[in-house]
Amino acid sequence: MTGRDWVAWAKPGVFLLCLLPLALTLAQGLGGGLALGANPVETLLHRSGLWTLRMLLLTLALTPLSRALGRPWPIRLRRMLGLFAFFYGMLHLLVYLWLDRALDWPVIVEDLTERPYIIVGMVALVLMSVLALTSTRGWQRRLRRNWKRLHRVVYLIAVLGVLHFLWLVKADLREPLIYAVILGVLLALRLPWGRWRRAWTQSAQSAPAVARRSASSSR
Amino acid sequence: MLIRKPADIPSSEITPPEVWRARRTFIQGAALGVGAAALAPLGAVAAAYPRPGEDEPLTPREFVTGYNNFYEFGTDKGDPAAHAHRLRTRPWSVVVDGECARPGEIGIEDILSGFDQQERIYRLRCVEAWSMVIPWLGFPLGELLARFEPTSRARYVAFETLFDPEQMPGQRRRVLDWPYREGLRIDEAMHPLTLLATGLYGETLPNQNGAPLRLVVPWKYGFKSIKSIVRIRFTAEQPPATWNRMQPDEYGFYANVNPAVDHPRWSQKSHRMIGGGWLAKRRETLPFNGYAEEVAGLYAGMDLRRFY
Ligand code: HEM
Repeated sequence: MTGRDWVAWAKPGVFLLCLLPLALTLAQGLGGGLALGANPVETLLHRSGLWTLRMLLLTLALTPLSRALGRPWPIRLRRMLGLFAFFYGMLHLLVYLWLDRALDWPVIVEDLTERPYIIVGMVALVLMSVLALTSTRGWQRRLRRNWKRLHRVVYLIAVLGVLHFLWLVKADLREPLIYAVILGVLLALRLPWGRWRRAWTQSAQSAPAVARRSASSSR
Repeated sequence: MLIRKPADIPSSEITPPEVWRARRTFIQGAALGVGAAALAPLGAVAAAYPRPGEDEPLTPREFVTGYNNFYEFGTDKGDPAAHAHRLRTRPWSVVVDGECARPGEIGIEDILSGFDQQERIYRLRCVEAWSMVIPWLGFPLGELLARFEPTSRARYVAFETLFDPEQMPGQRRRVLDWPYREGLRIDEAMHPLTLLATGLYGETLPNQNGAPLRLVVPWKYGFKSIKSIVRIRFTAEQPPATWNRMQPDEYGFYANVNPAVDHPRWSQKSHRMIGGGWLAKRRETLPFNGYAEEVAGLYAGMDLRRFY
């Protein structure tokens, strides 16, 4: 089996896996009873928000994973996971607008203009929409090198997502901090460590030479 | 801060000053330890407490006992129910001291047998914009306070929760500045609506709801109603309150339910009643959680936007 066949075969499976949180939640919600807890709207809001962030971080994990494995297949799942992040983000917005705020527009406008954590979430979601819209082959071709630049905005989106989470908790920062650390690692993996290490070892090697030279000249 | 509108309590909802002043002098009488005779009318006032309306059904017991904040057991709302079995509520006693003539300690058995336990169905409004309707068992705090004969210097009452990380595993992390502390002004503490609860739904208070003894102040956000009390102290100065100390711009000392003063991060104009399912409409939040007629007089002349 070639790597390419394997990915093509796995994609529908990954797709279904990504839908699992939604499917489980729908089953719990429609099944009635207490599966979604005492405050189902809060449960839905929190779950959808968490899956938006998780999908984003998973998306960001694929490039380092591909590099670590020395194989390209994780890259080929990147668009799908990115679009799922957007999908859960849209569900999150829908739950907020419809279930949480009951389409009470004056209150929504107040939230969107006055509450920093909501503003940050909104900016993240707007940026995600732009990336989702331009995620197609056609846009890739049309934007050429700018497409790559544009899609680097995903790092900003993830930072805003974590910030949104950090700002909305009341006292216990543990959970958002876990996400912040994961994001930190994923971003750190992208820094050009190899180049820095080479630069460092080169300078380390040349340093004794300099020392020797200066020592000899002083004689 | 996102405070704009003044508290718009319809003037009809504000208790006429004569009435509340009369109430206050009476209550202060009780506070000065006039004696058991004075406490009888206090009970009479209490019995006439306002009940929630027809459209405010009791919150199912499993939600009252399974979804709440009690950070001593963890910060998730399921944590109290999951971990509160570690709490030992016997033996238990409460130290009452400070500015009073007869400081001392009172055991939970004496509290249970020495005061007439009544049912009070109160609305509870959490600062997080959700609410419940809970049938408490308990008695007016003022009855207990009067026994210790607060002096005229007692302008506030301070409360403290048990601190014991063995029994309260949430206290192992410093999420809050333990022990949890709260305070009331003396007239708030002596108000007949202010309850010391020992039970709910006709039974002994479950550990996760603040056993064996907790405060219930129905016109204030839930965090004022301190749980598992071990100490009560009369003070001359405003005592520290945990959430207020931690984030003073978000949680005031008074913390009266007030739709006109938003929490900086969310609106307080409406809330969701627990138990209404996922299509439940939000409800309009009322000044003083609907108890304005009884308590607005306590704050006459105060700028509630400043003293939130
Ligand atoms: C217009 C855009 C958005 C709005 C209006 C919004 C609104 C909200 C609200 C109201 C909450 C609940 C706050 C609370 O319970 O106090 C929440 C939670 C959350 N949101 Fe958003 N959000 C938006 C965008 C986003 C985005 C883009 C992400 C992820 C990248 C995100 C991730 C989260 C997370 C992780 C939580 C917390 C979940 C938890 O506490 O378990 N949100 N959001």
